[in-house]
Amino acid sequence: MNNVYNANSSYLRNPVRLSDAPKGAQAVVQSVTDAHPADPIAQRLRDLGFVAGEPVRLVARGPLGGDPLLIQIGSTRFALRKTEAARVEVTVDGAA
Amino acid sequence: MSASTMRIALVGNPNCGKTALFNQLTGGRQKVANYAGVTVERKEGRFTAPSGRTLQILDLPGAYSFDATSPDEAITRDVCLGRYPGEAAPDLIVCVADATNLRLHLRFVLEVRRLGRPVVLALNMMDAARKRGLVIDVEKLSRRLGVPVVETIAVQRGGARSLIERIDKAVPDIVPSAIDQANVDELHAEVRAILAEAVSTSRNTVAIDDAIDRWALHPVFGLAILAVLMFMIFQAVFSWAQPVMDAITDGITALGVWTTSFLPADSALHSLLNDGVFAGLGAVLVFLPQILILFLFILILEESGYLPRAAFLLDRMMFKVGLTGRAFIPLLSSFACAIPGIMATRSINDPRDRLTTILVAPLMTCSARLPVYTLLIAAFIPDRAVGIFNLQGIVLFVLYFAGIFSALGVAFVMKRFRKDRSEHALIMELPSYRLPNVRDVALGLWERALIFLKRVGGIITALTVLLWFLSSFPGAPEGATGPAIDYSLAGMLGRGLQYVFAPIGFNWQICIALVPGLAAREVAVAALGTVYAMSGTDDAVASQLGPVIAHSWSLATALSLLAWYVFAPQCMSTLAVIRRETNSWRNVAIAAGYLFGLAYLASLATYQIARALS
Repeated sequence: MNNVYNANSSYLRNPVRLSDAPKGAQAVVQSVTDAHPADPIAQRLRDLGFVAGEPVRLVARGPLGGDPLLIQIGSTRFALRKTEAARVEVTVDGAA
Repeated sequence: MSASTMRIALVGNPNCGKTALFNQLTGGRQKVANYAGVTVERKEGRFTAPSGRTLQILDLPGAYSFDATSPDEAITRDVCLGRYPGEAAPDLIVCVADATNLRLHLRFVLEVRRLGRPVVLALNMMDAARKRGLVIDVEKLSRRLGVPVVETIAVQRGGARSLIERIDKAVPDIVPSAIDQANVDELHAEVRAILAEAVSTSRNTVAIDDAIDRWALHPVFGLAILAVLMFMIFQAVFSWAQPVMDAITDGITALGVWTTSFLPADSALHSLLNDGVFAGLGAVLVFLPQILILFLFILILEESGYLPRAAFLLDRMMFKVGLTGRAFIPLLSSFACAIPGIMATRSINDPRDRLTTILVAPLMTCSARLPVYTLLIAAFIPDRAVGIFNLQGIVLFVLYFAGIFSALGVAFVMKRFRKDRSEHALIMELPSYRLPNVRDVALGLWERALIFLKRVGGIITALTVLLWFLSSFPGAPEGATGPAIDYSLAGMLGRGLQYVFAPIGFNWQICIALVPGLAAREVAVAALGTVYAMSGTDDAVASQLGPVIAHSWSLATALSLLAWYVFAPQCMSTLAVIRRETNSWRNVAIAAGYLFGLAYLASLATYQIARALS
């Protein structure tokens, strides 16, 4: 179910977890990984548009321990906990 | 389907402006209820189309997907398919999408189209989309989707005209979906293809949101802004509501006196009406001002898009103790009254987080505790300055924080004892900031006031009458010297309870007052007045009562009673709402059990320590 997207090889430069992406950086989703079989959180992330090829940006981090994260995907913003964002693999295009 | 009535279901993602559109279409002609057996709200309204046809509109819960992960989404899907028991299939589905957020919302539109029912797409927030430089080719979008597309601006008068006209025409044909068993990736690919074809944009970033969020979510300023906002809200709740509350109390008392002036003064009916029915009515209505003011602020913050930001800021802290950032809103409401607070937990998706929030909500200091706190603090705590603070103020502050910290502690303990340890999800959409719409705020307030009066009014009034009966019968024997309540059923109960409450320093007068105080906490003040054989208005009783208890109780007893009030579940309506919202008597028993246990332990510790120190 996590088909790796090969459309643009430059996206594959340096895949990292979205939770480790630098603040303000433009990134592109590679895949969402199930943390365990039939992971409802991973499924919900895919439903919300975290699928291969979508541009995302880490807008802000929470005030305590940098958790949760504010993620912009398209023009939508989501608060994701670090553990949730860790399911999303991205490649970083460079800080905005 | 009758010839003149057409059933329409409104569906859409959360935050698509669906409810604003529903309000726009139906105005105040709405009925709010629950779906049977679950606590998902069912909103229905009707209006008459220009053609004279009656349109019946159902506002279905917001959904991101039909692969239902929440009960809301399952209901939305089943109602659309006509599979929900007791709910006829809609003749037309109006799918609402936020035009500024099509990347996310179109995906759901595709899912709705796949249901194989007649669909009209309402592109909402078209004004905001234009402001952001989005150009949407509605013709092309409609052709590509195969469903009629109309533009709406739900927050603007007449903003739904095009939708009404379209609905009033014939029901559109059902389009067979190109992809039947599409997986997530294919759906998104289709969305991207449609967007590329029908939407062009000049700029991608959302400049206003970025600018506000830079401050509102700033690690230091964000928390400071939140603290200032909370302080201002509480200031308003307590200072604005007081004159209205006084007026309501006086008005109801006067009404009671006037109504019963035609009855003989010593008859049971006179007493029933005055001390039972009107006292009960007053007990309910007196909370309305505080609840409405608090909800006014909550609705404004919700409509403006700020509340999810507050949840974002506090999530980490609340998660540590076993709650979720989403619990912030219900717990905030609980400071006015736990009942709307518990009802607001519906916005928490995770059932475990929701239950924890419901169980700790009664620990937030609700406005009903204030009369008791005020009476005891005025009677026992010297009005003395401690540094720049006032000692009485400090005690009140400590009582508030005792509630908050014990809630965090209880949540933490519940987290440790939970069997299901799978991960709790936050995943919360932070909508774009927008100016709150006056009509939507007003309708929201009206709705909450009605729910409060219906759910709580009946229960409190019935219990007050029941407790009046317990406190009045049997009457005092001939030549009795003590107050009449001492001889009644409530008096006997109180005397019995005394054995249980002696270790925490409660005398028999307090024990008797606790019995009617079960209906609603603040009734205990009036009951104490009755026990000490006082009469007159509540205010007069309270001012007479102060010196009497200051004289006859020890400080240890007073502190013990304050500690009791921080925890004890002395509110039948809260327990009734927990039963309603969780559909389980077990949860009611857990809530009542642990709250009484905590109350007893806290009072015991307070009493024994205070006695040892004095």
